[in-house]
Amino acid sequence: MIAVTFVAFLGHWRRNPLQLFTLLAGLALATALWSGVQAINAEARASYDGAAATLGEAQFDRLVRSDGRAIGQDTYIRLRRAGWLVSPVIEGRIGDVRLIGLDPLTAPGKMAPIGLRNINDLQNFIGADGGIIAAPDVVLDGARTDLAVAPGTAIADVGTVQELLGRHGEFDVLIIIPEQPLDQVSLEKIAPDLIRQVAQGGSDIGRLTDSFHLNLTAFGFLSFAVGIFIVQSAVGLAFEQRRGTVRTLRALGVPMRFLFLLIVVELLGLALIAGAIGVGLGYLIAGFLMPDVSATLRGLYGANVAGTLQLRPIWWVSGMAVAIGGTAVAASAALWRLSQMPLLAGAQPRAIAVIAGRGAKVQAAASAVLLFLAFVLALTADEIVTGFVLLGALLIGAALGLPIVLRSVLDGLVHYSRGVVASWFWADTRQQLPGLSLALMALLLAMAANVGVSTMVSSFRLTFVAFLDQRLSSELYVTVESAEQAAFVLDFVTPQVNAVLPIMSAQLHVAGRPTEVFGARNHATYRDNWTFLTEGQTPWKDVHANLAVLINEQLARSTGLQVGDVVNVGEKPLTIAGVYADYGNPIGQAIIAEPLFKTLFPKILALRFGLRLPPEDVGALVDGLEFQIGLPESGMINQASIKAYSLVIFDRTFTVTTALNVLTLSVAGFAILMSLLTLTVMRVPQLAPVWAMGLTLRQLGLLELVRTVMLAVLTGVIALPLGLALAWVLLAVVNVAAFGWRLPMFLFPWDYAQLGVLAILAAGLAALWPALQLSRMRPADLLKVFSSER
Amino acid sequence: MNVRLIFVLLWLPLVSFAQGFAGLGSSSEGFELPETNPLFQFPFDDGSHPDFRVEWWYLTANLQGDDGRDYGLQWTLFRTALSPKNYEGWSSPQLWMGHAAVTTPDTHFVTERLSRGGIGQAGVVIDPFEAWIDEWIFSGPDSNAVLRAAGPKFAYEMALSATGPRVLHGADGYSVKSADGQASYYFSQPFFKIKGILQLPLGDVAVTGDAWLDREWSSKPLGVNQTGWDWFSLSFDDGSKLMGFLLRGDSVFTQATLIGEDGTPVAYPDGALSAKPMKQSRVAGRDVPTKWRVMLPDAGIDIVVTALNTQSWMDTSVPYWEGPVRVTGSHTGRGYLEMTGYE
Repeated sequence: MIAVTFVAFLGHWRRNPLQLFTLLAGLALATALWSGVQAINAEARASYDGAAATLGEAQFDRLVRSDGRAIGQDTYIRLRRAGWLVSPVIEGRIGDVRLIGLDPLTAPGKMAPIGLRNINDLQNFIGADGGIIAAPDVVLDGARTDLAVAPGTAIADVGTVQELLGRHGEFDVLIIIPEQPLDQVSLEKIAPDLIRQVAQGGSDIGRLTDSFHLNLTAFGFLSFAVGIFIVQSAVGLAFEQRRGTVRTLRALGVPMRFLFLLIVVELLGLALIAGAIGVGLGYLIAGFLMPDVSATLRGLYGANVAGTLQLRPIWWVSGMAVAIGGTAVAASAALWRLSQMPLLAGAQPRAIAVIAGRGAKVQAAASAVLLFLAFVLALTADEIVTGFVLLGALLIGAALGLPIVLRSVLDGLVHYSRGVVASWFWADTRQQLPGLSLALMALLLAMAANVGVSTMVSSFRLTFVAFLDQRLSSELYVTVESAEQAAFVLDFVTPQVNAVLPIMSAQLHVAGRPTEVFGARNHATYRDNWTFLTEGQTPWKDVHANLAVLINEQLARSTGLQVGDVVNVGEKPLTIAGVYADYGNPIGQAIIAEPLFKTLFPKILALRFGLRLPPEDVGALVDGLEFQIGLPESGMINQASIKAYSLVIFDRTFTVTTALNVLTLSVAGFAILMSLLTLTVMRVPQLAPVWAMGLTLRQLGLLELVRTVMLAVLTGVIALPLGLALAWVLLAVVNVAAFGWRLPMFLFPWDYAQLGVLAILAAGLAALWPALQLSRMRPADLLKVFSSER
Repeated sequence: MNVRLIFVLLWLPLVSFAQGFAGLGSSSEGFELPETNPLFQFPFDDGSHPDFRVEWWYLTANLQGDDGRDYGLQWTLFRTALSPKNYEGWSSPQLWMGHAAVTTPDTHFVTERLSRGGIGQAGVVIDPFEAWIDEWIFSGPDSNAVLRAAGPKFAYEMALSATGPRVLHGADGYSVKSADGQASYYFSQPFFKIKGILQLPLGDVAVTGDAWLDREWSSKPLGVNQTGWDWFSLSFDDGSKLMGFLLRGDSVFTQATLIGEDGTPVAYPDGALSAKPMKQSRVAGRDVPTKWRVMLPDAGIDIVVTALNTQSWMDTSVPYWEGPVRVTGSHTGRGYLEMTGYE
């Protein structure tokens, strides 16, 4: 009997291959969306982490020689034998390749290449014929490649690199291991010519990149929510479609429990197949988008992401979890509903609406509670976790509330509508709402996510451009290594430029926070280009009167200091004249006047200079500095080219964002299609009387199309404020919690209009086919509805 | 990269590959192997033997503080060679690993150092003797030695002087480790008097006590199926001492040396010594026997060995249990217990 029942049950799919396809496709698409975003995220993060770890520069304090020269091996041994846990690093170039030498035995855990996994690797890495581990983009004879190595870089043992560079017994940097032993001899006694450079807990670049990753994570989170709704509607649909089969089987005496088991086994199998297809699809999507993400990160932040994709187990796990978990949740709800229905009532389509009416109250209450929670969190949340809870509560609350809002709107329309057809249209739409609500929720989430992410990314871009203008206001930046070289360079450039702006800084504590204090020259460059979040009457004038200090947002937020407060810089009390945005910087920053800086820190000399000159003269000056003074190219930064490059690449972010937008909307559109396909078949008994009363099939089909588009528009109207709220949470809550600075939010009505059109188009396309089917229905099928009536 | 992982793989029990604990049963191709009837020469054999694959200078001490509490101390320098070829500088295949620990009745402090050979960061020289890794040292003649180590939470500085001779284990220092004939060179200096200062988080403690140095080198000391050992070095109140070990594998292999007050050794063959766990303790997520009944009937020894601190876990690249013990029964005294290969 089991086999017979099973065959009968599965027979449904054989007779309706299209339904099987929609179920599999819905599940697979949801999984693909989730795993694609995750793949991009995981890959970008893994590559970036690997690259950052290879360099190890920002994470650890370092010892370097104060005169910038190489550190002798004897100094290293002397330090180790005095209880200093330091690890040597030597760096150089072979052609275009950056070659880094390190000692795997003393390097801190996260710094050395991940590729050294076992004793054979160690054996091949160190010793007389030690190997080289290179990034995949590096061409070096005999080098083994490893994705964890930063692009353009190769890693080898210190001894090997000393040999290759012909620098025996020399290092460039000693990394200081975080945990040091007791009874250390002081640095001055062991190596007075070394100075300690303090780690900044992640570079500016790292922090900005983290912010981008966080935004991608948020997108992943949103796509998960969309995905779950789609799985829910796909599975729900499968149940609705087979209600008749279930009724027949039960009437024939198949026990409900056995049917349940059958359904669970079948769904699990389908979820596995669809999940696997989905993960594969997600991988393709990610592979397609990856070069752009990689380029975005590289161009924007100078962070390198290897542009190749590895299939990581975590995608499989999380992708399959979405497919199976989503199916399980959806199926349990559907099974519960099935079990609640009278034996023979199961096949009546109207039953869904009746049952749904009962659940509406619970749903409304849940929605209200979640939205209230979101409201409270919006006022109080100050941690990443609460920020994400806020996001979740807002999204789910809004999605659950959607059918209720739509229902009341439709109630109103029924009330005010004139004419028979209009009245029937609104009432019929309301009646259809429960069957469509899951798909509409998915559409709502997709649209809101798109509005939110677009707003966030565009705001990010505007802010970043303004920030670049402010920070890179000089045409050329020059870095020198010593005071003598500085004097030499200054003599050379001063007659050729409009202004020389020395950049000098000191590390100290301001209001108890580690802060980098800069001395600024009195020049129009600063007055013209700097903008403040909050400012006094005459910020720069007060600064140059040695009365005031400007501080960055991070310092202001972490200490609660505001414009007008007095704070000590060194020994000197100064009034805060302005607070400026300082995106990406993890620590405090303060700006005082150059003369005051020189009084407070007489020993610190400027080794970096901003040069103001007509942009067209930059090339000639660079050549002069390189060939006449011998300043290396790496010591000069041409502002215009950096800015241009950054912006060109930044715009690639939009390629990614747009692609993801289109993807989420197509998935939501697909959900609508699936819902409508089911409803079309089930609604024949309701449409037949209307047809019989004189509406043509063509009119009916058109009305179906109008209905769907209208529902999409209504959903869009709700999605817009929801999306903006989402963007606000990401920029003003999550980002502040994560990084200590707030991204200003800008609005982009044109983008939203485009999105709206796109969404309506998706909904319209989804409705087109069912509408066509309806308009081409044979009159005989409609007449059949009346055949059993007496 | 995880350096620890490499060392784990380097030293540690690839039991599944049946190479014995800490890779000590793995291939010794190209390295020298211990031979019977060795004739040690001092101070030469206090130094390192780079033609052999592994070697250690292993010092443990039972201490009593001026606060009346018992303490234990460990200072160990391991050498291992990646290959039998010898180069100088960064190309040297010699790797060094230092372990230092202080055990109190309620806490166990551990720290570890790793170093390359060939660059002066770690090594052993003779005449005058000095073994070092970074700032840790064990130096000077037996009559007047200095011992020093430090970690982030503790440090110690000790003065040692030997009051008896070195003791050769097995057959004149040729110590058999399995029924298949694997062996190592093994001698001890169990007669050190030690005193000094322990720097602990709660303050300095002046301590005095007895220390025991083990010197051992080989290229393949364990049989392929041996997965760990339980090693006892005990000093009885009557002045005699007992070194004994069980090597666990397909079968148990035991050896023992009873050392007279004057340093005269009596070696006992496989099976003479027996040791049975009496109590297990949960340590670092595994069960480790921390109370033993140890019997050497031929010498009238039937004792109970109890850990001072059951949590004396060496959370190092190669993790193991090493800590001070108390002895009761037919003989009383104190000593050290080392247990490896408990998964």
